Amino acid sequence: MTKSARNITKEDVLYIASLSRIHLRGEEVERLTKDLEGILQYVHKLEKLDVRAVEPTSHVLPLTNVYREDEAKPSLAQAEVMKVAAAAHNGFFKVPKVI
Amino acid sequence: MKLNELTAHELLDLLKEKKTTPREILDAVLARIQATDAQIRAYVRLRSNAAAQEFSNGSATPIPIGIKDNICVTGEPATCCSRILEGFKPPYDATVIQKLKESGAYLIGSTNMDEFAFGSSTENSCYGPTRNPWNKDCVPGGSSGGSAAAVAAREAIWALGSDTGGSIRQPASFCGVVGLKPTYGRVSRYGLIAFASSLDQIGPITRDVEDCALLLGIIAGYDERDSTSADLPVPDYTRALVNDVKGLKIGIPGEYFVEGIDPQVRAAIGAAIEVLKQRGATFHEISLPHTEYAIAAYYIVATAEASSNLARYDGVQYGLRRQPAGTRKTPLVDMYEETRDAGLGNEAKRRIMLGTYSLSSGYYDDYYLKGLKVRTLIKQDFDKAFLKLDAIITPTAPTTAFKIGEKADNPLSMYLSDVYTISANLSGIPAISIPCGFSKERLPIGLQILAKPFDEAMLFRIAYTYEQNTPWHKERVSL
Repeated sequence: MTKSARNITKEDVLYIASLSRIHLRGEEVERLTKDLEGILQYVHKLEKLDVRAVEPTSHVLPLTNVYREDEAKPSLAQAEVMKVAAAAHNGFFKVPKVI
Repeated sequence: MKLNELTAHELLDLLKEKKTTPREILDAVLARIQATDAQIRAYVRLRSNAAAQEFSNGSATPIPIGIKDNICVTGEPATCCSRILEGFKPPYDATVIQKLKESGAYLIGSTNMDEFAFGSSTENSCYGPTRNPWNKDCVPGGSSGGSAAAVAAREAIWALGSDTGGSIRQPASFCGVVGLKPTYGRVSRYGLIAFASSLDQIGPITRDVEDCALLLGIIAGYDERDSTSADLPVPDYTRALVNDVKGLKIGIPGEYFVEGIDPQVRAAIGAAIEVLKQRGATFHEISLPHTEYAIAAYYIVATAEASSNLARYDGVQYGLRRQPAGTRKTPLVDMYEETRDAGLGNEAKRRIMLGTYSLSSGYYDDYYLKGLKVRTLIKQDFDKAFLKLDAIITPTAPTTAFKIGEKADNPLSMYLSDVYTISANLSGIPAISIPCGFSKERLPIGLQILAKPFDEAMLFRIAYTYEQNTPWHKERVSL
């Protein structure tokens, strides 16, 4: 693992927050920097293991590509689903100005 | 004895003999909630129409049940105890809810949980903490702390929880009740609001093992709406309820009895092993050599999946939306970022950011991929152990319930309280926690039993035998 991975800076935290689409306030940046550093230091114990020859397990069941017939079936009404939206207009999600 | 004090199977017997009615049972449960839940706060909301509920004759299981606040019920709020899902009312039933409704169950209300199931104490809830019915200064465990506390406090006959890293078993242990994480794929996840999709399972929290077998029988089974559910027949789990473990081979992993375990927990597990030995089981010391890496691997894999699953809470598709004054980036991005800052609690932010970090360019191989590879090693440890064993026994948690606030400022120490439970999620195997004694402070201790994939029947057989030969499940909280 890279050395830089170990030392989380405030800039790293702001960058990760931006990737995560979370606006952080000042004191949150400080706290998260400290928290993430502590957790990642703990995670670095995995360095002791040589896993070069090990296959990753993303899923425990022996399932690959679960297919079904491509048939139309009843589904929820669009109006019902759009009721859940923060804002909707004519069956579309309404959002603030994009650019 | 009041009806709410009885187990589901006892109530079903009374119903069969026409000695009570579903209405009487429900009223007893609601009266109990009225009397005690202000102290415990197991529920975050109750169904409003209890008085109008009609029970059709001939329902198979008209038993009131508590539902964790991350399982969708048509038209009822489901918030995962997060502000970001404020106002969300799902337009559909989770498959487990559909099955419960078909069985005639009454859904009492939504139980408290750590926000999005991120936690081990139910303190990370936007509604505030639940208290442990055995000692109100202590946490009930988490994240299904509301469900476990409701069952222990006799405010529900039984309840559903969800378990991603121990979130059913650890609160069951802390509250002195039975909690089962089924094999991954045994129960449909359709309508369970996702935390980590390769680890999450819904499961029962009950007062005894027989109820646990009954409730799993109701909710288990293949579901085409969950492509990860297993297309396997569901056995009649009540047939596994035999008082007999003769000849069963049970493993004791040395790695689970090292530093950090409370001596009282160790002693209780030792005594439980003696009980099963006397009933004819044989015990074998085994090694699960990658145990010490499980927490690190889990917190990479689980947070990576969580960061991806929670990307959908963006102020567009669900209730909460916040727009900052002025423009920081663009109005749309500002809305995303402000909504997520306002709607997500500290632990949710921490986990989303940790997951985003381990998936981000330059770190993926070192973190996420490495986590998945270590997961393989942990799974192989179990595969190998089960070649020669029927089950494995461990403590459910290294300690009894801790004090409210004790670990709140130290996320890592909170994560470490999951040390004995997360390996079952990483490897997909079923695991049950049953009461096995009390500390001198009179806090419950939990025994965990693990078995091969889809062999929940083995868990029930061992747990039932233990229960038949010990008094712990009959102990009552005084509230």
